[in-house]
Amino acid sequence: MNVLGIHIAIELIQIVVAVVVFLAFIGVNVLILVLMERKVAGRFQRRPGPFEVGPHGSLQTLADAVKMMAKELHTPGGADKILFWAAPIITFAPVVVCFMPVPFGPKYLTGWEMNLGVVLILAFSGLGVFGICLAGWSSNNKYSLIGAARAVAQSVAYEIPLLLSVLAVAFQVGSLNLSVITAGQGSWPWQWNVVVQPLSFFIFFVSTLGETNRAPFDLPEAESELTAGFHTEYSGMGFGVFFMAEYAAMVVVCSVGTILFLGGWNGPLVNGPWWFLAKVYGLLFVMMWLRWTFPRVRFDQLLNINWKWLTPLALLNLLVVALMVKLV
Amino acid sequence: MDRASAGLFGEVRKTLTGLWSLVVGLGVTGNQFYRRAVTVHYPRQTVDNLSTFRGPIELIPSAKDPMKPDCILCGMCEQSCPSGCIEVKSHFEEEPDAEEPKAQTPAGAASDPEKKAPPKKKKKTKVIDSFDLNFNLCSLCGLCVQSCPGSGLRFSHEAYLAGYSRSDFEFDLLARMRAKASGPGSAGSDSKR
Repeated sequence: MNVLGIHIAIELIQIVVAVVVFLAFIGVNVLILVLMERKVAGRFQRRPGPFEVGPHGSLQTLADAVKMMAKELHTPGGADKILFWAAPIITFAPVVVCFMPVPFGPKYLTGWEMNLGVVLILAFSGLGVFGICLAGWSSNNKYSLIGAARAVAQSVAYEIPLLLSVLAVAFQVGSLNLSVITAGQGSWPWQWNVVVQPLSFFIFFVSTLGETNRAPFDLPEAESELTAGFHTEYSGMGFGVFFMAEYAAMVVVCSVGTILFLGGWNGPLVNGPWWFLAKVYGLLFVMMWLRWTFPRVRFDQLLNINWKWLTPLALLNLLVVALMVKLV
Repeated sequence: MDRASAGLFGEVRKTLTGLWSLVVGLGVTGNQFYRRAVTVHYPRQTVDNLSTFRGPIELIPSAKDPMKPDCILCGMCEQSCPSGCIEVKSHFEEEPDAEEPKAQTPAGAASDPEKKAPPKKKKKTKVIDSFDLNFNLCSLCGLCVQSCPGSGLRFSHEAYLAGYSRSDFEFDLLARMRAKASGPGSAGSDSKR
């Protein structure tokens, strides 16, 4: 009994420490990513991007963060006050949980080792859309509501091929534990799952773009149609938290993509978290590249891509993988 | 109904060519990524290709004396300005150049001063007092430059205008022209830093 109590206490402390570390990790990564996004956008448009605050504009996002924190938190008239302010938190909190089972490195660099890591991440990333839905509903604003409706339709649609492509990898490896999936892949690129299942990776990556509301699938916040979509009415850190959740969700899905398909922390020469971070940032760069290349799709096109192509393809892919697993 | 006849095979082919076009698009932007930025860091760098830029109007100095404008003081610019931002002030001065023929006459023929002087009535010339432009009101339509019968006005190439108050943009064009003439370099040196 006493031993069990100590065991539980240790596990709880471990979880609390992990959550605090991940919050800091998210904060730092969001600061870096926002700057990276703007710098990358600048490069693609052949301009320098932010340049004035700090050397080469490196402190621009810090200045923006301070500005955002100093702003008034305004609740629009007629809004459901409780839901309105709960929504950013409900969007952000599940993203933190998503980092828990991610193995950043070979040893001890996992927040919480668990057998159902993939399921936990998929479940909690699905919860994020709930917060977006609440934000749109409680804002008492037509743009917010349309944005929220789009977000829900889009997330529901894109979760299916996402799950199916993840399932294909789980079939192949025979585990849902992210550490096991990572360990099953070798150091060199030809030993990674992406070589075995390139179609799964393609479906996974396109679905994550839809899942994280990234351009060209950023319809819930299409600024030319919906002002800012579901977060139109949010000011100051209310908007800031949504922003952080969006970028943190990008890090999560890129981490999952790295673990499932790109060998996680495995890499040439010395395995370690540096390879993990390099691959995650590589995927994030590709996401930005896509954003600054392709125009936003129309909503019917968005759903057509999913229901007519990605979902049948993912089903076929899963069938082939299941057959191969049985035969080989 | 081309699509219906094409069937599933046609759809797949269309999608694959569409996918390839996306890859081509990525190539286009990817190519730009490695190139040098084409913009300049404004306060530290400025551009010098401003020869077609239409900045606030300026007086053209005369070829003989760069301190004097070519303006004939007809007032057409003032009249044609739809915003009323030009104000030209001048007065008549009696024969500033009537001295010269007088000075010549005593040397040439001293016998007939009364014969020549009375028909040559005292010539009056317009002399410029001030030429003010209120750039706050100017819409840069160019009617003043178009309506100028001589070659008195033109657009300057000053793109880098900034000030702290409205009064910073109430220009004394005469003073600006003289400052430019006596300042370092020729006209337009302001914009080419």
